[in-house]
Amino acid sequence: MLSLHNLHKNFGGLLAVSDVSFTVTAGMIVGLIGPNGAGKTTVFNLITGNYKPDGGEIFFCGKKISGLPTHEIVSLGIARTFQNIRLFSDMTVLENSLAGRHCRMRSGVLSALFRPPRMLREEKDAVKQALHELTYVGLETRHAQKAGNLSYGEQRLLEIARALATQPKFLILDEPAGGMNDAETESLMRLIRSIRNRGIAVLLIEHDMNLVMRLCDRLVVLEHGAMLAQGSPEEIKNNEEVIRAYLGAGD
Amino acid sequence: MSIRKLWDRHSHSPALFIVFFVFMALLPTLLDLGKAAGGGIAWLDMLNKIGISAALALSLNLILGQTGLFHMGHTAFFAVGAYATAILNTLYGWPVFHTLPVAGLLAALAGLAVALPIIRLRGDYLLIVTVGIVEIVRIALTNNIFDLTGGANGIYGISRPVIFGMVFNTPKLQYYLIWAFTAFSVFFFYRLEHSRFGRALCFIKADEIAAAGCGINVALCKLTAFTLGACFAGMAGTLYAANIRTIEPSSFNFYESVILFAIVILGGAGSIAGVLLGSFLLIGLQDLFRDFQSARMLFFGSAMVAMMIFRPQGLIPRQGGPKLACEIPLLPAPEQLEDASKGDVSDGKKDGGRDAFPA
Repeated sequence: MLSLHNLHKNFGGLLAVSDVSFTVTAGMIVGLIGPNGAGKTTVFNLITGNYKPDGGEIFFCGKKISGLPTHEIVSLGIARTFQNIRLFSDMTVLENSLAGRHCRMRSGVLSALFRPPRMLREEKDAVKQALHELTYVGLETRHAQKAGNLSYGEQRLLEIARALATQPKFLILDEPAGGMNDAETESLMRLIRSIRNRGIAVLLIEHDMNLVMRLCDRLVVLEHGAMLAQGSPEEIKNNEEVIRAYLGAGD
Repeated sequence: MSIRKLWDRHSHSPALFIVFFVFMALLPTLLDLGKAAGGGIAWLDMLNKIGISAALALSLNLILGQTGLFHMGHTAFFAVGAYATAILNTLYGWPVFHTLPVAGLLAALAGLAVALPIIRLRGDYLLIVTVGIVEIVRIALTNNIFDLTGGANGIYGISRPVIFGMVFNTPKLQYYLIWAFTAFSVFFFYRLEHSRFGRALCFIKADEIAAAGCGINVALCKLTAFTLGACFAGMAGTLYAANIRTIEPSSFNFYESVILFAIVILGGAGSIAGVLLGSFLLIGLQDLFRDFQSARMLFFGSAMVAMMIFRPQGLIPRQGGPKLACEIPLLPAPEQLEDASKGDVSDGKKDGGRDAFPA
């Protein structure tokens, strides 16, 4: 479904990502792990078009997406959440979720002026869909509240709802459990599995190893921008190099 | 219900705009009655000036208020429209009304040409470029570019607009024409705000990266907003040229751009009602204080400083977030109070909310 081939990215001489290749197949939850500064978020930004790669290619459903602008990549079916939550915090929960509907709507300036029935129907459907995704993550009772007033964990859920509202085939989550307590994390894991069961592949960055090991079907480990290992959680757990990277070498 | 609440609820409603424009439609008749009783000022001339400025400020509001692009060069597009009308009318004998779409189109093209290279600039950089554009246009006009613009003297003898054989030759008829255009602008920009495109602008203004992450084509939306704003400024230029009949480069200077900018900011960025009020205050008062030339600027300066300290969101601030074309059809839960305590929040989450999705 999504495949990265020999991806490279420099930031002024600093090699942030070098020679990263992996694939994500449909119906999978894949975890991208590694120490801080390993280049995980950079890989996400490369996939979603926030950065352009300096080398290598990204394919999604057989189509080359590296170099495309972000909004086109979203239209093709890749949605994301952000590590440092980027909600429209002065807007309501529903309005945030509605933002995700934009790319699945067609009305332009002329229909704004004349308001044909098709446009009004589209608006109503958009609200319905936006509410549907809010209900899905369990935020429907808060739809009229300002996003900025939600708790940290709820804001992460709202970001997921907004991403789901774009009808993705592929969802990218950047530290979804960040700032969540244990109960919230458990519930988040069920949510992510449920998303996978909807037929949406999930790629996530997470530092909570308990979550990663239990949730992911496959793991990719990065260190200093390079691939260290990939495989099932069991394989990764027993990989010598991964243990060294995480715990340090015993002298 | 207190007056305050009533105002908050209706200050941006279509009903209020209708009431306002019905009043404006009756105003000349009321003024005639007033004159019979002994009034003397050229109210209509002032109101015409306000009407044109309001239409112009509304078009700037789309760019500055709704999209959040710091654009201080709007007079440039106004000038393009006014000169397009003047040149086509005086040199080629086009009726003024036929020049309206051309003026709009040329201004839109100018807007597009200007915006294409600079649309990705942020805040202050964009501001500096747009400031430069007003000056470029003014100097080009003064230097009689293409031998069409008449140099520093400008163009005179623009004919009156004629619709179906009716000549708009009195300030009163001009008034109806100008305010009809302003009313149409309000209608257009109101509907634009309450649409997918308007909401996209709202998201872009709040956070560009998040907006792009939602699949919004940020550059295209900004470009469209800029071009549409320029187009309406160009059409306002036609009305201006037809109203004063003599245009010269000095009418399109940087100062006028700043006033427009101030109308939008002081009135309330992104708020149509605010921009209308801002036009009345800034243009109207400026006219009334004409006799106190120097004290006028002192007054304006202090008023602006006071506004920015005490009411930075504007006189009639924009309310709420992105707007829908229709009322929200279903609201499954009663609106939660903002002051719901934190304890309640986490409790509610544990029992109900989270199990909504099937595991």
